[in-house]
Amino acid sequence: MKKVLLSSIIIIIGITFIGRLSYLQIFSFSPDQLMEDPAIKAIYDYPERGYIYDRYGKLLVGNDPAYDVMVIPREVKALDTLEFCGLLGMTKENFIKKLKRARIYSPRLPSVLVHQLSKEDYAKLQEKMRRYTGFYIQKRSLRYYDTNSAANVLGYISEVNDRDLAKNKNYVQGELTGRTGVEKVYEDTLRGRKGIQYIQKDRFNRDIGKYKDGALDVEPEQGKEIHITIDKELQEYGELLMQGKWGGIVAIEPSSGEILTMISGPTYDPSLLVGRKRSKNYSKLHYDSISKPTFDRSISFEKSPGSPFKAINALIGLQVGAISPSTTITCHHGFYIGRRKKGCHCGGGVRNLNSGIYESCNAYFVGVYKKIFEQFSSNAEAMDAWEKHVRSFGLGSYLGSDLHTGRRGSVPNTKMYNKWYGEGDKRWSATTTYSNAIGQGEVNVTPIQLANMTAAIANRGYYFTPHILKKIEGKDISNPAFTKPKYTTIDKEHFEPVIQGMADVYNLGTAKGVKIPDIQIAGKTGTVENYMVIDSVRTQLTDNSVFVAFAPVDNPKIAIAVYIQNGYYGSRYAGHIASLLIEKYLKRKITRKDLEKRMLERTLESEYAKPYSGEKFKINERDWSKHAKKPKADNSTK
Amino acid sequence: MAGKSVLQRIDWLSVFIYFALLLIGWINIYSSTFTEADQSIFDFGTLHGKQLFFIGVSFLTIIVVLALEASFYERFSSLLYLISMLLLLGLFVFGKTIAGATSWYDLGFFNLQPSELAKVATALALAKYLSDIQTDIKRQKDQLYAFLVVLIPAILIIPQPDPGSALVFFAMVFVIFREGLPIYYLGLVLLAIVIFICTLIFGPTWVSIIITLTLILVLLLKKKSFRVPVTPMIVAAVVAIVFSLSVNFVFNKVFEQRHRDRFSLWLRLEKDPAKLEKIRKTIGYNTYQSEKAIESGGIFGKGFLEGTRTKGDFVPEQHTDYIFSTVGEEWGFLGTSSVVLLFTFLLLRLVYISERQKNPFGRMYGYGVISILFIHYFINIGMVIGLLPTIGIPLPFFSYGGSGLLFFTILLFIMLKLDANRMKEGI
Repeated sequence: MKKVLLSSIIIIIGITFIGRLSYLQIFSFSPDQLMEDPAIKAIYDYPERGYIYDRYGKLLVGNDPAYDVMVIPREVKALDTLEFCGLLGMTKENFIKKLKRARIYSPRLPSVLVHQLSKEDYAKLQEKMRRYTGFYIQKRSLRYYDTNSAANVLGYISEVNDRDLAKNKNYVQGELTGRTGVEKVYEDTLRGRKGIQYIQKDRFNRDIGKYKDGALDVEPEQGKEIHITIDKELQEYGELLMQGKWGGIVAIEPSSGEILTMISGPTYDPSLLVGRKRSKNYSKLHYDSISKPTFDRSISFEKSPGSPFKAINALIGLQVGAISPSTTITCHHGFYIGRRKKGCHCGGGVRNLNSGIYESCNAYFVGVYKKIFEQFSSNAEAMDAWEKHVRSFGLGSYLGSDLHTGRRGSVPNTKMYNKWYGEGDKRWSATTTYSNAIGQGEVNVTPIQLANMTAAIANRGYYFTPHILKKIEGKDISNPAFTKPKYTTIDKEHFEPVIQGMADVYNLGTAKGVKIPDIQIAGKTGTVENYMVIDSVRTQLTDNSVFVAFAPVDNPKIAIAVYIQNGYYGSRYAGHIASLLIEKYLKRKITRKDLEKRMLERTLESEYAKPYSGEKFKINERDWSKHAKKPKADNSTK
Repeated sequence: MAGKSVLQRIDWLSVFIYFALLLIGWINIYSSTFTEADQSIFDFGTLHGKQLFFIGVSFLTIIVVLALEASFYERFSSLLYLISMLLLLGLFVFGKTIAGATSWYDLGFFNLQPSELAKVATALALAKYLSDIQTDIKRQKDQLYAFLVVLIPAILIIPQPDPGSALVFFAMVFVIFREGLPIYYLGLVLLAIVIFICTLIFGPTWVSIIITLTLILVLLLKKKSFRVPVTPMIVAAVVAIVFSLSVNFVFNKVFEQRHRDRFSLWLRLEKDPAKLEKIRKTIGYNTYQSEKAIESGGIFGKGFLEGTRTKGDFVPEQHTDYIFSTVGEEWGFLGTSSVVLLFTFLLLRLVYISERQKNPFGRMYGYGVISILFIHYFINIGMVIGLLPTIGIPLPFFSYGGSGLLFFTILLFIMLKLDANRMKEGI
């Protein structure tokens, strides 16, 4: 016992130590991540964010160098305060106050003394900076917008928050990330890769040289420049026309699916969300809950399509053999649903496909819709077939575009009606759902879906998924999701008579007044009833003005959808704006100056103020002059 | 046999382990004091250069130690003890204060720490006293004298203040145990430690209840075949409960907050994360940083000179008391367990050597050496890996420090000299 006592203690202690060491080094071992190791500091070198150009190579977004004057309070030596303040353009009191605040934050770490010097101030200051120890200039890069339009398309960037940091390990506090629009969708392309230098520190946080002689350091990689499909000139012109009007405009090149313009009204100048005033401006825009300037109406605004949807019903009617171009239906200044008569504004008379479209006759299309249902043995079967055809135009889906947001819209289906009315062939029919015939029922679309639908008609049966990216680093995109056509379920030959009808809308029909000299346009007006709940009463507001068009008819270069809230009948605002944009895009200049002048001058602000006035108001006023003219030189929000 | 030189009779295994520890220790000192600026290993201006110098001095000392007559150590042990006690006393007048402790004599080129000398002298003196033909360790008077030999240097060292070194002398009671001190003395000490720890963790109420239950259980089990001394058992239980209550009282009323923090850090009593964070930054900083450094090494370590925490000097005192954390960070589990195994083998080998001595003086001195080395190794590594509270004593042959290395070497090689000589004077 006496002899083995010490030996046993030695062995037990040895085992205990090895046990503890294996616990520390094997079981709870987590290798020091470079970023978490307190002994290693990472210094970042931020590459410039990629530039954004329009489809013709015109600059939309670039970078502006900004210069912050930084201070490390501990290193500040006695200086000629008066001279330095003169250079910085600040008062001595302010300087002392800021220095004191920086010292409170940390004597060791850099603080910003002056935010974002201008280039001129920087130039003056730079050569004299050496004399002031403890101060230095940090170059940063801010977004610079070479346009005051397309805020909704381009999006903005802002500092990452905790959620982003948790999601993506590549970001570090204080870095910028795209929040909306192209900046968000193509964040990885635009931001490039930041350079990292690892520095070995001691426990007093002092640098004591490069970690592993810089073996792990990463060189910065420049952000890539991109070309987007937007036509800058068209976008700017469209936004000019949209001043004082709410709604969305989307134009697409049918032969490629490239989005030529994407306008949301009201909008704002993208430079408002850059720099020192960003957060103040953002709050102002974000909390405007009535006009909602940050809400992108071109892609997120779901409403009934109205009459343009009649073109789809005509195509379905032809496809399922319910009608032929010569099938006639008589309009008695309206039509009967059961015993109730519904009015039609087309003027009445015998309608065929052509005149049905160009006069936008409700009675004709309700008839077509009923005939479609008669082709099938049951209402459910008819509804399924109808739904399938409608969806093949990209309606009721997100389309799969490369936009940061959007809405699905809606297309009614059998299941939905069964739920509403009950199952069985007698519970609901074409008569119950006749609103679908004239685009007023359960169909809801966004302007981009409407434009895409128009492009599919222009292409006579197929479309390319709308997209915004044209080139990365000068190379055209080759993503098959965007370069392969998607076919509708309507055969090619059925398009011609419908397109003829749409062309006659300009020649003979509802859009006679908006013809463009030498350009053959096919289009369709829409006048959509709309309602709003005011003080818990469902109140009808002035109709929404809708227009879809493509041109030229034989070789379509542009397909456009214009949706103007409370613009009254289709050709009044939407039709005019669409025709001006088509002319601008195809001819690059406007010949009809009087029309342009009228569109630029008129605003619908008085219309939008009505529901909030608290007074009774009149809707659908014919008199143009009631629409207040735009006050001159008002550019705060467009 | 008699004609053979000391080099042939010395225990080469121990010498080999000694060299291995010296080498590993120096490599780690080099790593923890290394800066990019100095690349030369022979620069005596640097700490690792100085240590290299002390290693050289130690080698010269080994030659002297081995060359002296073996009987010299036994004969002059009392005188050496007397001198070292005088040196310890002299510190109160002439001592030089480094880092708050008055433990050194300033010899100009070198600071001498007499407590290191006292360790060698006490081990020799204790062996000398116990091996005296007049001494009978069963006698209480002789037990008291033996304790006094150990206690005097401890009492002289505590006020320096250097509680760590003082603790080393208490370890020498192992020698007395080996020589016949009843083993239940040790049992009582262990029981006291267990009650102390349990009181801090579970509180005096639970400890009292458990002691009472144990007592009742033992008394109930009392049979003819299992005789229990009833009265002493009850007395012991009462003493234990009173001890537990007084521990609680002393801990809460007498101890200052910093003492309490030290214990709550050691026993992981603090559960509040905010307070834990504060402890980590203040009193527990060393332990926390050293544990983290060891943990970050993993199985294979980060490699020589690659320890980022070592380079950044995150662990204070890393080249002295916390040298083992450098091993942990740069050489990983393989390194740390190798060092633990080397120490274990060395100590076991020394036990074996002690037991084979024919001369009782040699055996008792051997046990003295083992006790001293073991307590250093146990407390130092235990502290660095967070098993024991922070008590500043160096790791033998490893930590930076001239006096320490020199006297550990002397301590060990006197023992090896006695061993090499055991056949010669086998009286």
